[in-house]
Amino acid sequence: MMPKPMLKDYRPVNYYFVADPSYWPLFGCFGLFATLVGGINMLHHNTFGTYLFLTGIALLVITMFGWFSLVVRESIQGLHSKQMDKTYRWGMMWFIVSEVALFGVFFGALFYTRMFTIPDLSGTAGILAKALLFTKGDTTHIYLWPHFKAAWPLLVNPNPELFPGPERVINTWGIPALNTVLLLSSAVALTWAHWGFKSDNLKQVKIGLILAILLGLVFVGCQAHEYLLAHLEYHLTIYSGIYGATFFMLTGLHAMHVTMGIIMMTVILIRCFKGHFRREHHFAFEAVAWYWHFVDVVWLFLFVFVYWI
Amino acid sequence: MTTHTDVHAHSHPINKGFLSWVARWLFTTNHKDIGTLYLLFSLVMFFVGGVMALIIRTQLFHPGLGFIEPNFYNVMVTVHGLVMIFGVIMPAFVGLANWMVPMMVGAPDMALPRLNNWSFWIIPFAFTIIISTLFLKGSGPNGGWTMYAPLSTTYGPPSMDFLIIGIHLLGISSILGAINIIATILNLRAPGMTMMKMPLFVWAWFITAFLLIGAMPVLAGVVTMMLFDRHFGTSFFSAAGGGDPVMYQHLFWFFGHPEVYIMILPGFGIISEVIATFSRKRLFGYPFMVGAIAAIALLSYVVWGHHMFTAGMAVGAQLFFMYATILIAVPTGIKVFNWIATMFRGSLTFETPMLFALGFVVLFTIGGFSGLMLAIVPADYQYQDTYFVVAHFHYVLVAGALLSIFSGVYYWLPKWTGHYYNETLGQLHFWLTIIGINLTFFPMHFLGLAGMPRRVVDYAPQFMPANMLCTIGAFILGFAQLIFVYIVIRAMMKKGKPADARVWEGSHGLEWTLESPAPYHSFSTPPVIS
Ligand SMILES: [Cu+2]
Repeated sequence: MMPKPMLKDYRPVNYYFVADPSYWPLFGCFGLFATLVGGINMLHHNTFGTYLFLTGIALLVITMFGWFSLVVRESIQGLHSKQMDKTYRWGMMWFIVSEVALFGVFFGALFYTRMFTIPDLSGTAGILAKALLFTKGDTTHIYLWPHFKAAWPLLVNPNPELFPGPERVINTWGIPALNTVLLLSSAVALTWAHWGFKSDNLKQVKIGLILAILLGLVFVGCQAHEYLLAHLEYHLTIYSGIYGATFFMLTGLHAMHVTMGIIMMTVILIRCFKGHFRREHHFAFEAVAWYWHFVDVVWLFLFVFVYWI
Repeated sequence: MTTHTDVHAHSHPINKGFLSWVARWLFTTNHKDIGTLYLLFSLVMFFVGGVMALIIRTQLFHPGLGFIEPNFYNVMVTVHGLVMIFGVIMPAFVGLANWMVPMMVGAPDMALPRLNNWSFWIIPFAFTIIISTLFLKGSGPNGGWTMYAPLSTTYGPPSMDFLIIGIHLLGISSILGAINIIATILNLRAPGMTMMKMPLFVWAWFITAFLLIGAMPVLAGVVTMMLFDRHFGTSFFSAAGGGDPVMYQHLFWFFGHPEVYIMILPGFGIISEVIATFSRKRLFGYPFMVGAIAAIALLSYVVWGHHMFTAGMAVGAQLFFMYATILIAVPTGIKVFNWIATMFRGSLTFETPMLFALGFVVLFTIGGFSGLMLAIVPADYQYQDTYFVVAHFHYVLVAGALLSIFSGVYYWLPKWTGHYYNETLGQLHFWLTIIGINLTFFPMHFLGLAGMPRRVVDYAPQFMPANMLCTIGAFILGFAQLIFVYIVIRAMMKKGKPADARVWEGSHGLEWTLESPAPYHSFSTPPVIS
């Protein structure tokens, strides 16, 4: 005999919601295609690239708007059963895990550089690396760049002619520390907004969201200011060697995610004003909250490993 | 917008003229339609990649230049690899998952049907870009499918950029597809279908989906760094700026090795289904089979270094990667022995799916053994970058992944179309394929051991006889696939003996309780699991 099925949570499949055929995915394909192909043609200095790129972005925006409107309509019609709700939860969760992997590869590059590349290039592998035979030896150092010295932040690159290093780097306890406070308080505001649902206080939800968005915007502003400072004053750029490369790649990717998060929260705020959410039915809000907290946690790693140590 | 409260209230295919036919396939949200699209796309790309393989083999028929230019040879080697991996094997497995996973767990469809449509249609766009690189000014991508820096950065042709965005698109498609499969399996199982009751194919895909979620973003990230090195002056892979070209290899293979298992674990699942059916027995050691897949998946994240033993790797790292790699032989061995134990004292029959499954077990094991040889550091110093490596990965990918796909297609074709394929033709296809594979790839072992380097357009005269054999084998293998196309077209045109719901005498599982061909929406009422 098999164990008893868990009937409690189960929705009969007759009432399971299967989406209608939809043209939005194909629309989205054209959007992705035009954006990427246009972007590369811009890099290759073909004028049509810019137009193609902008068309692609427009298509993507239309796709997102159309597709999400469709989902929202279905949600309002009550077509999203408990099962569908769970599906969206799993979907969002694993999407965030894939984002973790994406940040992971850039962090991987940073750690690899600091733990292996720089010691090997400078001939200063540590005792532990030597004991565990985790060093490739000093030959590159001796024969290619005998004057290269290990340091982090790396101000002088192995070949300073090809890659002139930065003059100085961002002070940890200036803007980055402020940004940490901003992003963390934004997360607190969002959580407070979420509590609003539990007490059926929609006003609290809206105020919390607005606060979270504003704090996020200030964060992006500070980040932009920091980038300007780095470029104009410190000569820290994306082409100033591996320090600049990892710095701008990691913080830039994160800033992109913060911007996405702000857009998402704004959409949720508009939907709040339209009265889309109820106490027991507000997964879109939660999904965005998960995303925002994920962005937050990534920032903590950035703060520690990029700005601090 | 109609209100949809019932799965039957909408979206049955209505064929009214050509345009609605096109619209049906473009906009479909049905798991069977999308599965079919995946499989047909994969079949088309199989011939695209196959033609490239035959161009390569024609050039290598005898020493000396003449058939194609050296650079075009490099382009062919590069694009052949990319097409076969991302355009054939992966879409074919996703297509099989689309068709079978909802049926096997008792669901009406995939969990996120629109996302499913998107995952598929991104792929033709991606390959439009990737194939178009062949016709661009300059040269197509010519640094090998692994796109090592600096071949892809400092020395890469402009078309490399288009390859990069093609890979981005494929990554998006794979991740969305994987999320969909995980959600379907976790959430849409019929009541009573506990995780440990799921067919092994479903388990295999469940774990593969996690590998995709972990590995594809890494590939996306590493090609993004490549793009930045090429255009924005970063120095990720340039030692002059404090980066490291070997870091490219580390990051790439951190994706690359899980990718190997993405291309074989679903095959393990298929073989487990097929062998149990045609042995008329339950699969031997089911929980161990599940555990072995999980163990292989976990280990696959810590063995990437075995691809780069000669790239200038620290000795400690070499040792670690060697032992970790050899460890994978344990769960893989469990699988092979369990397949044999399933067959032991079963009442075996040898229909085409079973033949392909047996071919898989024997030949994949050979591929596994040559993998073990390559995993041993001092031996690898000898084999690295020779035809021995080419022989090894073609034994696991062609004789492994591809044979398992054939096995699955023959196994489920009657369920899909409602008609049996022609058994005689199927067996002819099997034997020609097996002969072709071994004639093509077995001599490569000896070529490699004798020192013939891979990725060369010309070679020393003493390697000629074996290379001629390889080329003859490749043409047999290639043209034998036309039989397969004929069989598939016949089945799609509903020719052949009609099949009942069970199809195979020894079949068991939910998919065999549905009539053949399976209804458009698999289970509209939850099945009873006994
Ligand atoms: Cu590997």
